[in-house]
Amino acid sequence: MSPTAEKVTRGDQAHFRLYRLPSPFQPRLEALGRTEDWYNWAGYKAPNTLWDEELEYFAIRSQAAAFDISPMTKYRIEGRDAEALMNKVTLRDVSKLKPGRVQYTAWCDDEGHVLDDGTLFRLSADRFRLCSQERHLPWLLDSAAGMDVTVEEETEAVAGLALQGPTSYAVLASAGFAGVERLKIFDLAEFPFGDGTVTISRTGFTGDLGYELFAPAGQALALWDLLFQAGRLHGLRAIGYRALNRARTEAGLIVANADFITSEHAVRADRLRQPDEIGLGFMVDLDKGHFNGRRAIAEARRKGSLKHVLVGLEIEGNIPAEHAIVYHNRKKEVGLVSAAIWSPMAKRNIAIADLARPYGEKIVDDLWVEIYALRELQYQKLMKRAKIVPRPFIKLDRRTANPPGEF
Amino acid sequence: MKTWDAIVIGAGHNGLVNACYLQRAGLDVLVVEKNDWIGGAATSRSLTPSFVYSNCSYVCSLFRPEIMRDLELPRFGLQVIGYEGGAVFTRDGDYLANYRDHDAHRREFARFSKRDAEAYDRYARDVTRQCRFIQPLLMRTAPDPTSFRPKDLGELLFLGKKFGGLTPEEMALTVRFWTMSIADFLDEYFETDVIKANFALSGIIGTALGPMSPGTAYVLLHHYMGEVDGSVGAWGYARGGMGSVTKALADSFRASGGTIRTEAEVERVLVSGGKAKGVVLAGGEEVRGKMVVSNADVKRTFLKLVEEKELPDIFVRRVRNFKIRGSSGKVNIALDSAPVFPALPDDSPVYRGDMHFTDSVERMERAYDDWKAGRWSADPFLDMVIPTMLDPTMAAPGKHFMSCFVQYAPPKVGGRDWTDADRDGFAESVISQIAEYSPGFREKIVHMEVRTPREIEAEVGLTEGNIFQGELTFDQLLFNRPVPGYAQYRSPIGGLYMCGSSTHPGGGVMGAPGRNAAAEILGDLSRGTKHMSAAHDVI
Repeated sequence: MSPTAEKVTRGDQAHFRLYRLPSPFQPRLEALGRTEDWYNWAGYKAPNTLWDEELEYFAIRSQAAAFDISPMTKYRIEGRDAEALMNKVTLRDVSKLKPGRVQYTAWCDDEGHVLDDGTLFRLSADRFRLCSQERHLPWLLDSAAGMDVTVEEETEAVAGLALQGPTSYAVLASAGFAGVERLKIFDLAEFPFGDGTVTISRTGFTGDLGYELFAPAGQALALWDLLFQAGRLHGLRAIGYRALNRARTEAGLIVANADFITSEHAVRADRLRQPDEIGLGFMVDLDKGHFNGRRAIAEARRKGSLKHVLVGLEIEGNIPAEHAIVYHNRKKEVGLVSAAIWSPMAKRNIAIADLARPYGEKIVDDLWVEIYALRELQYQKLMKRAKIVPRPFIKLDRRTANPPGEF
Repeated sequence: MKTWDAIVIGAGHNGLVNACYLQRAGLDVLVVEKNDWIGGAATSRSLTPSFVYSNCSYVCSLFRPEIMRDLELPRFGLQVIGYEGGAVFTRDGDYLANYRDHDAHRREFARFSKRDAEAYDRYARDVTRQCRFIQPLLMRTAPDPTSFRPKDLGELLFLGKKFGGLTPEEMALTVRFWTMSIADFLDEYFETDVIKANFALSGIIGTALGPMSPGTAYVLLHHYMGEVDGSVGAWGYARGGMGSVTKALADSFRASGGTIRTEAEVERVLVSGGKAKGVVLAGGEEVRGKMVVSNADVKRTFLKLVEEKELPDIFVRRVRNFKIRGSSGKVNIALDSAPVFPALPDDSPVYRGDMHFTDSVERMERAYDDWKAGRWSADPFLDMVIPTMLDPTMAAPGKHFMSCFVQYAPPKVGGRDWTDADRDGFAESVISQIAEYSPGFREKIVHMEVRTPREIEAEVGLTEGNIFQGELTFDQLLFNRPVPGYAQYRSPIGGLYMCGSSTHPGGGVMGAPGRNAAAEILGDLSRGTKHMSAAHDVI
C-alpha cells in the first residue's frame, strides 16, 4: 500500500468564513463558558478559561476536570511496518511498547533537532495513534518510504477529552466503564460506548490521577453528557488551558513552542534543540538501531557539543518569574525562564528554564533570576535566588496508585 | 544661466526618492521628466472617462517603511490597503486560494493535498530564513570587493559576518537557494501541481526565465521581502492607484522646495572633461547642474544618454550585456460591472486579491517556451487584480478596473518589432484566457489599454519593457549590479550617478536604490545624512 494514500476533499470551503474550527465538544464548552476567553489552538477555538482560572485549577487538584484535547494533532499509523516506522521516527524503543500501552515520546530531524514531543498509543500490534502539537504528515510519509504502512491525519475525525484529578477514576466508574480500574499508568483499553468504542488511557498532562478518552467526533457530545451526568457528585468541572498550564508546570512537563522551539518553526538556527538540551535525553535509545537523528545525537554526546540544558528551578519568594532572565553570580546572563508559577500544591515558586551550558550542568550554584513584576504601572525589580531542583515539582502517589483511588 | 545642485533624470519612484533626500539635505534639485505626467512605472492614469488605471506597477508591498517615514508619505496622502488573499484557478473548475490566516490557509491546501498542507510550515521557515539574510542588505550600499577603502572593507566584513554567522549547512543551503530554480526548490516541499504553481509565480514575475531556469528561487525571495504597515509579506493596493506613491513623493519633494519639470525629455547628459555638467533636453535646451542622477535604467543611461567615447570599453561592453530582457506586458481593462468567476463562492475574499490561471509549473514553463521562440505566450501567465474591489476611488460605483500583468511577452516578435496586429493578438491571448473562467467577461469590457514591451519602453522608458530595470538573477545582484565595479551608484563619469532599479537592490516599488544612491551622493559631498533613517533591524 502506498504511504501517500490521500483523500482529496474539494467540497468543504467553510474555512474562509470561519478561521477557528469548533471542537466536537464546542456546544458544551459554549454552554459552560462564562468568560468568553478563547484562544487559537492549532486552528481551533479553544478556551483559555471557562469560568474562573483559579477554581478551574483547583478542580484538577481537588476534584475532577475535563479538558478538551480534540485540537491536538492526531495521526493514525497502521500496517505491517507500523512499528518499524514508529521506531524509525521516534526516540524510544517502540518494540518495547506493547499493544495497550502508551509512550510519552519525541522525534527529531536528521540533525537531531526536536521536531515535536507527543504521545504514542499502541492500539494493537499494527495500529498506532500519534498525538502531537505540530503537524508532521510530510515527515511521517517521507520516513515511511518503502514500508508497508499507511499514515492518516485524523485530527478532525477524533474527539479527545482529558479527565484529570483525584475523582477522575470515580467519574469513569460511575459512568459505567467497567474494568477502567485495571488500567495502570500508561495503559490503554477500548470500552464499549454507543454503537462503537471509546479508547481510554491512564495518561495526562497534570501529574495527577487522570485519563484521556478518544472517541469518534460524532460521539463526542454523548460522551461528554455521560461523563458530566456521572461526575455531578464527583465535582467534575470543565476547564480551560490556563488552569491546565499551571498543573503541567507543577508536573514539570514541557510544551512545544512554549518551552522549546520545534525545529520546523525555528527560523533562527541557534533556537534548535536536541533532546538532551530540553530534558528529553532519557527517551533516546541509541541501542535500538537506526532512527531519525540518531547519528547527530550520538555525535553531540560524544563531542560534548550540547549547548543548552533544561532545568527545573525553585525560586525564593512567591512572585512568578515568567520569562525572566537567569543570571549567574547576579551578573552573567545564562538563560531564560520559559514557564513559571507559584505552585499551590508545592507551596513554592517554581519555574522551567533553558540554561546555556556549563550553567545548569557543571555550574549549578549561585543562580539568580531577575523578575520584573509590573504593579500599577511600575516595575518592581526583584533579584531572587534560584535553585536547580528535580522535576516534577510535585509527586502525587494517587497518580500511579493501583487500584486507582475513589476519593 | 542657473546651475542646479543636482538634476535627476526621470520622475519615477526612485528618482523622486533620491530627489527628496537630496533636497532635504539642502541641495537645490531639479527633476526632469519626459512625459507630461510623473511617476514612471508607478502611475495612475485616466485613459477613459471615470476609470483610473495603475497602468504599470499595480500592487504595493516592497516600498521601504524607513523611506515612507523619512519623506512623510502618509502625511502627503499615501494610503495602502492590504488585501487578504488570492487564488490560482484550476482547469477542472476549482481554485486554490491563499488566505492570510495560517489555519484557513492550511485547510484550503488540504482540499488538494493533506501532505502539502502540512509541508507549508517548513517551506515558510526556509524562505523566511533566506529573507532574513537578504533583508538587511537592501538598505546598504553593496561593498566593492576590489576596493580597500575602509567603508568597503567594513561593508564586506558585514556581508562576510552575515554569511559567517550561518552554520555550514545553512551556508550550503543559501548558496544553493541563490542559484537553483524555483521548480526544483518547490519540489523539495510540495507534490501537488497547483500548489507548486501557486508559489512558483513569484519566481518568474518580471524575469525572462522560466520556473525551471536556475536562479528563479531568488526572484521569489525578492517578492517576499515586503510589508504593508508593518505586516511582513503583505501586499496591498495604493489607494487611488500606484500613482499615489509617486504623487506623495512629488508633493513631499515640492514641499521641501524641489522643482519638477515635465515634458522635459533628456536627449543627452552634458559631459566635459570626464565630468557631468548638466543635461540637454529634446529641442536643444541646456540645463546646467553640478551633478546628474539618472533614474533611467543602466542601458538607457549609458547607451543612449551618454556618448560612448566618454566611457571605458569594458564598462560599455558590460552595460550592453546587462540582462534587461523584456519578458512581460500589461493589459489594463475597464469593466462595466464586476466579473464573475463561478469557481469562487460569491463572498470569497479572492476577488479582492491576486488571481492566476496557470495551474501547473509545466504550463508556466510552456509559456516561457513561446518567449524563447520569440512569440508571446499562447497560454500566458497572468497576475490579475481588481483594485476597485477595495478602492472605490478608481472607478465609478459598480464599475471596475482590472489590472493584468502578462508573462511572457518577448521584446521583439520573431526578431522584428511589435506591430499593432501583434499587440491585438497579445491582448486576445489574455482576454480569451480570462473569459474561459469568467463567462460574459468580454461583454463587460468598456476600454482596454494593452502594453507590450514596445509600449512600455516607448512610454515609460524601461529598456525592453523590463519591469525591474534588469533581471534579478544572482550574477546581477549586490556588488555586480548593474555591472562589476559600478555597484555603488557612481559611474565612470564624475558627477553622474545612477539611482534606478538597475542598481542594488533592484526592482519593484521599493525605493531603496533611490535612497541608497542619495546616501552615497551626500557622502561624496561631505553632507550629513541625519535625515535618513537607518535601516530597520532584523532580529
